[in-house]
Amino acid sequence: MSNKIKIFVQRVKVLIQNLEAEVLASCRVGADVYLLRLQAPTIAEIARPGQFVHVRCSETLDPLLRRPLSIHDIGDGGGLVFLYQVRGRGTAWLARQQAGSRIDILGPLGRGFTLTTNKRIALVAGGLGIVPLLFIARQALENGNQVDFFYGARDRERLYQRETLQAMGVNLLLATDDGSAGFRGPVTKLWEQYLKERRYERAYACGPREELAEFAHLAARYDIPAEVSLEERMACGLGACRGCVTTLRDTTGNRYYENVCTGGPVFDAAAVEWEG
Amino acid sequence: MEQAGNRPAVNLKGQAGGVPFNPHHQETAPGVNLAVEIAGLRLANPVLPASGTFGFGAEYAPFVELNRLGAIVVKTITLHPTPGNPPPRLTETYSGLLNSIGLQNPGLEVFIREKLPYLRQFTPPLIVNIAGRTIGEYAELAARLSEAAGVDALEVNISCPNVREGGIVFGTVPAMAARVTAAVKGNTPLPVIVKLTPNVTDITVVARAVVEAGADALSLINTLQGMAIDIDTRRPALASVVGGLSGPAVKPVALYNVWRVARTVKVPLIGMGGIMTARDAIEFLLAGATAVAVGTASLVNPGALMAIIAGLEDYLLDQGLADIRDLIGALEI
Repeated sequence: MSNKIKIFVQRVKVLIQNLEAEVLASCRVGADVYLLRLQAPTIAEIARPGQFVHVRCSETLDPLLRRPLSIHDIGDGGGLVFLYQVRGRGTAWLARQQAGSRIDILGPLGRGFTLTTNKRIALVAGGLGIVPLLFIARQALENGNQVDFFYGARDRERLYQRETLQAMGVNLLLATDDGSAGFRGPVTKLWEQYLKERRYERAYACGPREELAEFAHLAARYDIPAEVSLEERMACGLGACRGCVTTLRDTTGNRYYENVCTGGPVFDAAAVEWEG
Repeated sequence: MEQAGNRPAVNLKGQAGGVPFNPHHQETAPGVNLAVEIAGLRLANPVLPASGTFGFGAEYAPFVELNRLGAIVVKTITLHPTPGNPPPRLTETYSGLLNSIGLQNPGLEVFIREKLPYLRQFTPPLIVNIAGRTIGEYAELAARLSEAAGVDALEVNISCPNVREGGIVFGTVPAMAARVTAAVKGNTPLPVIVKLTPNVTDITVVARAVVEAGADALSLINTLQGMAIDIDTRRPALASVVGGLSGPAVKPVALYNVWRVARTVKVPLIGMGGIMTARDAIEFLLAGATAVAVGTASLVNPGALMAIIAGLEDYLLDQGLADIRDLIGALEI
């Protein structure tokens, strides 16, 4: 292959794509939580952990907007895997789609996690925060990292994808609010216990905002470079409308608004204004 | 400064027709004229992005061939950088989008330095949308953008519902709207398009006032003021409490306003509000708009502008029409 062609291929690879993907499988894995697999090889091959896909959840003009879904995993043969909770009319429509349906998707979008090699890292997932962290766990293991995966949920039934995580070879550390599995209490409390003894070179988190704030606080206290994946209501997904902003703080303490869709959804935990 | 009138004409009226429609073609189909004229600007077709939904163009480059647009319309520019409103800024309503962005933009200097060089490379006319907190700011924006190479027209935003100073205040009081228009006209040789709000008792009164003050064209409608409440938290869905409604939900209101204004003033109109398809666009042309702007549709389908342009050609060919201008104001009552 000539150099010219190589450069062309690389340029093509960064392109955001809008395509119709076939549903390979859709199954309910919890009370209102679904695992969805789409056939989208051209997106799957370039997607990075932490990136998302903007999914049209209607065949009509209502619901109107796409729904941003973080990429959960990359399956065999170009499969894109999503794990999502039915929260409204859009995700309810998505849950009704079955194998063979075609879904309009736009992606991969956003800035993903900063990857490392051969390090000890901590992943801290609260509830559905598991979604992007399973993808980075898989990538991190491939890159020779030692992965401590802290995973908290309300109860045992809500610890989705435990078997998948265990099979991947992460060191899985569970926490539940009711004590039905693992540590009783918030996952950040469990992580804090480990922080006292283990030195993590990087940490990544996704989950409820209060939990992320606590995660960021702990990461700062133990001086660990840390990233969080944020969620916000979104329209274009391309950085044009400025609808999905979150509040950040620059190094001098000035607050400003940054797009979650293009500036994130992954941010340096120390840059996020947790009060705002 | 390069004037749009010097650009290659795309009026192919009179050439041999009968060429089958090809959705992948890059050029206007032979035998079909899509070109229109707005305030001295020649547009290769009547389809524009609506300000605020298209960023500064580059965001949509993977999906929209910017050279195929009737014109490029960028997000509102203010004299100084504007941080915008606190999040959450968006919520979805039935077939609608409620937003309160608050005109977040990097300000005039950054626009000229960092955005304009990219935008200058495209052939369609560049329309820069401006908003001021005072009449003086509108005047200064107009003067400075007129000196910047590559700007072909100004769209004066006197209708943003989401900012505390300026914005809609200038658009709801006819005398104020006229003063802003006159101040901009007095400080630029460029065509001036004034963007109107529907949040008034009678939009034709404001339309007449700004046309008398010198507006070369009008664009309408900006978003409709609205709100949504989360009953679980008993809090407003938007941090700013109220926002502006757009999308298919507002289309009948937009069409009605365009139709009324078209019967009131002589200047060309850019119609907008909930246009999702070429058929929607044709409704606005029939109601009297010379061109249309597409906003929320691009947020849903990034290639919407291209599909609408192709759809207009398709419609003309299907109907055996040679010139899109024959549709403007052709509503039969």
